[in-house]
Amino acid sequence: MGRFRAIISTTAARLSALYLLLFTICALALVLYMTAQAAKILRTQTETAVMEEVQNLAQVYARAGLPGLVRAIDRRSRIPGANLYLITDKAGIVLAGNVAEIDTRILRNEGWTREPFEYLRFSGETVEPTHHALAHVFVLPNEMRILVGRDLGEPERFREIVQRSLTLALSMMGIGALLIWYFVGRHALKRIDGVSAASQRIMSGDLSGRLPVTGSGDEFDRLSENLNLMLGKISNLNEGMKQVSDNIAHDLKTPLTRLRNRAEAALASRQTTADYKEALTDMIGQSDQLIRTFNAILMISRLEAGYSSERLEGVDLSEIAGDVVELYAPLAEEAGASLTIETSGPVAILGNRELLSQTLANIIDNAIKYAAGVENPVVRVNVASENGTPVVMVSDNGPGIPESDRGRATERFVRLEKSRSAPGSGLGLSLAKAVMKLHKGELHLGSDGQGLNVSLVFAHAGS
Amino acid sequence: MKILVIEDDRDSARYLEKALAESGHSADIAADGETGFTLADSGTYDVLVVDRMLPRRDGLSVVAGLRAKGHRTPVLILSALGEVDDRVTGLRAGGDDYLTKPYAFSELLARVEVLQRRNGSADVETIYRVGDLELDRLSHMAKRAGHEIVLQPREFRLLEYLMRHAGQVVTRTMLLENVWEYHFDPQTNVIDVHVSRLRSKIEKGFGVPLLHTVRGAGYMLKVPGKI
Repeated sequence: MGRFRAIISTTAARLSALYLLLFTICALALVLYMTAQAAKILRTQTETAVMEEVQNLAQVYARAGLPGLVRAIDRRSRIPGANLYLITDKAGIVLAGNVAEIDTRILRNEGWTREPFEYLRFSGETVEPTHHALAHVFVLPNEMRILVGRDLGEPERFREIVQRSLTLALSMMGIGALLIWYFVGRHALKRIDGVSAASQRIMSGDLSGRLPVTGSGDEFDRLSENLNLMLGKISNLNEGMKQVSDNIAHDLKTPLTRLRNRAEAALASRQTTADYKEALTDMIGQSDQLIRTFNAILMISRLEAGYSSERLEGVDLSEIAGDVVELYAPLAEEAGASLTIETSGPVAILGNRELLSQTLANIIDNAIKYAAGVENPVVRVNVASENGTPVVMVSDNGPGIPESDRGRATERFVRLEKSRSAPGSGLGLSLAKAVMKLHKGELHLGSDGQGLNVSLVFAHAGS
Repeated sequence: MKILVIEDDRDSARYLEKALAESGHSADIAADGETGFTLADSGTYDVLVVDRMLPRRDGLSVVAGLRAKGHRTPVLILSALGEVDDRVTGLRAGGDDYLTKPYAFSELLARVEVLQRRNGSADVETIYRVGDLELDRLSHMAKRAGHEIVLQPREFRLLEYLMRHAGQVVTRTMLLENVWEYHFDPQTNVIDVHVSRLRSKIEKGFGVPLLHTVRGAGYMLKVPGKI
């Protein structure tokens, strides 16, 4: 019963009910109008027939006088299915006719009876059951009254047929609507129940679960697909949060422990003021590094989760790269490296100057550091728009990253063996990757034989 | 200098009070936004240091409220939120400078001192002078002892900033923010290299050093022996 109630309360069922109601009202109105029209036509026909009969009788009267009229009426009344005839004298005594019983008031008024009236028909010896009729009454000069009428049995039968067909048609429609209502409702309910069940599963902890998609592309599928996308996004966020806490736990605990050890060591041994000072300075340095790492983790997580509040606006990549190169030029010179930039005019993108600058600063900083170990270190920055795709490439001639390690290099905290000695949090490339994700672009690592090429490939300018 | 620190964390507030006192400033502490607003409204402070997240009334609303009442006292906003947009929101609310927690006290002190001087006339002067060093902001020319010093545009802006705040400690972060307009931490000491280049340009062959390194804090441009 609960299931039936559930189907009744579906939208499909409610709509079907509404349609059924509206249709019934329209059908009723139509049928009423049709029967009224039909009745009017039949009545007109009746009246015409009666008037013709009256004319005939008038001619008979004129030709053969009263005895002829009575005879004619008597003869006509005996034909089966004949009209209604009645002729009375001045005192109201019936002279001839086929009406057995009639309200005498009808005869009193000359002309058309206003309403169909009841009467008993007299055919031979038998009295037929009550009939309805319309009649015309006229009065002869000698105050004899003649009534000519027509039975209404036929129009009434017609109305009955119409009514019966209407009832039948409406019942069929009602049953049809109920069936459609049941099947459509049940179908919708089944789909919704599927979605509900899947949601329940997901809520109870199976975050990898997804809503069922039938592949029909209907509105339920579209809804499920969008909800699935949303679930995917949520689970990514969740994954990101988990990763952040894992990373914080793992990578901040180590330096925190080191910091604590340093403080303990300084306290434990008897030392001079200068020693304490050195220990404290060292500790401040270590906490600064910790804060730096912490900020980087937070920033990457925010960017990766896609809920960073940083706005994107129209910026010129060439200008951004030029400014960063200018910032690093003295540093490169000091390291004996040549840092050059090549641009082909302004390259407009939708971006965040601060984040892009920081990313490029990280990459150029790394490039200078790694290239500094080789002879004639060179770091080249190239800004170009390749077939409408803006690209910034930073290439160096340092030791590079082996091809097998390049995929891992952008993961968080991965510091490849060779780079362990160089300072840094190991977050530079993962930050770059996150920033590129925010800009809907990609980070590519490559090489042309020697050194490393880091490319920031942005979304096509047209898209 | 009289400073009002609106900060709800007692330890941080006490530490600031003590450290500011040691640097020769007197500081009052307000532990919540409402008290802070009332104290600041009295209008007797040179600089306000306002934490963004405060009980009873948040920092930005305190600053916006003071600005709405016509107070022009410089405000340094402290915040644990560090994204660029957070900074923009802070400055838009009426803050004059924005410092992300955790911070080095030397950084806070340098910024507070620069803020206090901001009320001065340095911004409208067209020629800055420190000893025999001269910088003309209109003709974009720098001279020392009458000799022109050729500077790159960025070097000019760096020198301009240092000269505007002559006699004050200017931190590396302040230089990065004001000369390069970057708010990130470049990890390597790129600023140091720029400053040492500028130093060699303005000091080589002129004898008296003007650009001094303040250990653990930043730089200061001044004539030796003079404040």
